[in-house]
Amino acid sequence: MRILKFLLQKEFKQIFRNRSILTMILMMPVVQLLIMPLAADYEIKNIHIALVDLDKSPYAEDLQEAILASGYFISVGDFNSFEEANQAFEKGTADLILEIPAHFEKEIIDFKKTSLNISANAINGVKATVGSAYLNQVINRFAQKLQANISGGIQVESLNWYNPFLNYQAFMVPGILVLLVTMVGVYMTSLNIVKEKEVGTIEQINVSPIKKYHFILGKLIPFLIIGFFVFSLGLFGVARLVYGIVPIGSILALYSFLFLYLIAVLGIGMMLSTYAETQQQAMSLAFFIMMIFILMGGLFTAVESMPEWAQWVAALNPVTYFIEVVRLVVLKGSGFKDLLPQFGIIALMAIISNSWAILNYRKTT
Amino acid sequence: MEVRVEHISKRYQKPELQALKDISFEVEKGELFGLIGPDGAGKSTLFRILTTLLLPDEGHAEVAGFDVRKDLRALRSAVGYMPGRFSLYQDLSIEENLRFFATLFGTTIEANYDLIKDIYVQIEPFKDRRAGQLSGGMKQKLALCCALIHRPKVLFLDEPTTGVDAVSRKEFWQMLKGLQAEGISILVSTPYMDEASLCDRIALIQEGHILSIDQPKGLQEKYPRPLFALRAQGMNQLLDSLRDKPELASVYAFGEYHHLSFKEQSPQGMEALLADLRSQGFQDLEAHSIEAGVEDCFIELMQKSDGSSN
Repeated sequence: MRILKFLLQKEFKQIFRNRSILTMILMMPVVQLLIMPLAADYEIKNIHIALVDLDKSPYAEDLQEAILASGYFISVGDFNSFEEANQAFEKGTADLILEIPAHFEKEIIDFKKTSLNISANAINGVKATVGSAYLNQVINRFAQKLQANISGGIQVESLNWYNPFLNYQAFMVPGILVLLVTMVGVYMTSLNIVKEKEVGTIEQINVSPIKKYHFILGKLIPFLIIGFFVFSLGLFGVARLVYGIVPIGSILALYSFLFLYLIAVLGIGMMLSTYAETQQQAMSLAFFIMMIFILMGGLFTAVESMPEWAQWVAALNPVTYFIEVVRLVVLKGSGFKDLLPQFGIIALMAIISNSWAILNYRKTT
Repeated sequence: MEVRVEHISKRYQKPELQALKDISFEVEKGELFGLIGPDGAGKSTLFRILTTLLLPDEGHAEVAGFDVRKDLRALRSAVGYMPGRFSLYQDLSIEENLRFFATLFGTTIEANYDLIKDIYVQIEPFKDRRAGQLSGGMKQKLALCCALIHRPKVLFLDEPTTGVDAVSRKEFWQMLKGLQAEGISILVSTPYMDEASLCDRIALIQEGHILSIDQPKGLQEKYPRPLFALRAQGMNQLLDSLRDKPELASVYAFGEYHHLSFKEQSPQGMEALLADLRSQGFQDLEAHSIEAGVEDCFIELMQKSDGSSN
């Protein structure tokens, strides 16, 4: 116990003397949580639309008005033909073209089928998809209103559960917090251990009679504490004060999961450190792993919309489960019972990553 | 016997290298034993095996009565190891480093202060300074204190004086003599031949095997032929010209002089050689008889082992 206490003391002394690490611990959660959710906002406004009205009827006018009144679209002008509007595409000034055919109004009044032509500039895929979806919505609403006027048909209304206003920040902030905790865990643990290798102090520790588990605990506990600190600072500091996100589920469940998750992630950091001889190698390895963790963890792309092989990668990614858990607890109000599968998987991952690290550490020495 | 090494061999896989070949020797209690050899001779590998950082492929070794394969923890408590690169925490102060290593071995600075006192007092005025800001000589002293703080029975010093200035080197060897008086057995490796004469016994090691083990004096006395030092203007041409002389057994550059010896000993040998060289146009020739040093012995043994292996 005395040795462990002393190892922890030494580790914290070194961390607090390293100004860049200290800044990273304090500034990273605050700054990144302030900046990234704003940048990673999927809500798209100011979609530039080119309007081609070949009908010039009151209905066509109404439709155009409804589109511009929705607030998502800015008109880049009225064009007399699709070919003319297409030039705006080519210049890159327009994201969407809406072509209203001649006899648009007449066909509606005659109960005939009419069609509108929407073209999207898919160079910016997100803008194209989201833009056409918004446009479809506006047109559907317009069509329903017409139907209601004529025959009193069915109105469809959709509601978004658990996040009724589709607040992207409520969705992104907890996810980004997970990424931050992961980065702190993987980078700091692997770099710290590899630094001891690089300087050669690990040999001094290896020739001393201290037990291996003392050494490992001495490395895990400080970063476990830092992980808790970063997560709490992000959750109670930034998420609550800046974004007004208050978890409605069990905080105890969230922190219990965080504990297991950190053990798994720190184990990955340790495992990486057994493969690297220099901090540069460790950094490259950690960077590679982090890229996969970040991009295939369900934060930026929903896991369900990935191809099957990618879903398998996501299933092996601890980030996927923590993002699920954070969202379930923060937005849906889940507790321990609802999170049992995630708890089971992350516990398994913690066992695997730490065993891997310890076995490989033995092999190399 | 504090260290007993019997037929130790070690082969590395990547890159393929036979680091140690059938090494055997013994070190007595309180002995200062030197391992002398060039870089890559296998000195560090041997130290790493004896300090339990590496397992040997073959052979048997005991340090302070503990087997390097079986009694790891007991052995680790009984040895002090100072690796070639001084491994200290750069961001901890002198005192914090020392306290850290004391705690690792379950002891305190105070309990063993008497052992390190003579060395530590030299760096104690700077004890709050970070190890990263110390000079090479001070780092070396701190590293030695850290290796000694648990009062080891056997001390392993892997090239402790490499990269340290001449004055600090001299001081360092003084300190080793002091530790020897405390009954600590010391194994020290060095590429510097001049340090060899300060050891009680030395093992000359080359490409993983021991060429010879002897006291420095004994080794020098065993040198097989009378040795001469020769100097003239144009040392490079002189060396080339000497290498062509069939009557010479060995010729090599050695500082300001070339060292050489004759295959057959005769009083006129040197005179004849000098006359020969003068006729070739060498000027300011100066020759005298010398006693073989450790380096001469090393070169001799190296050539002999090269000759036998070819």
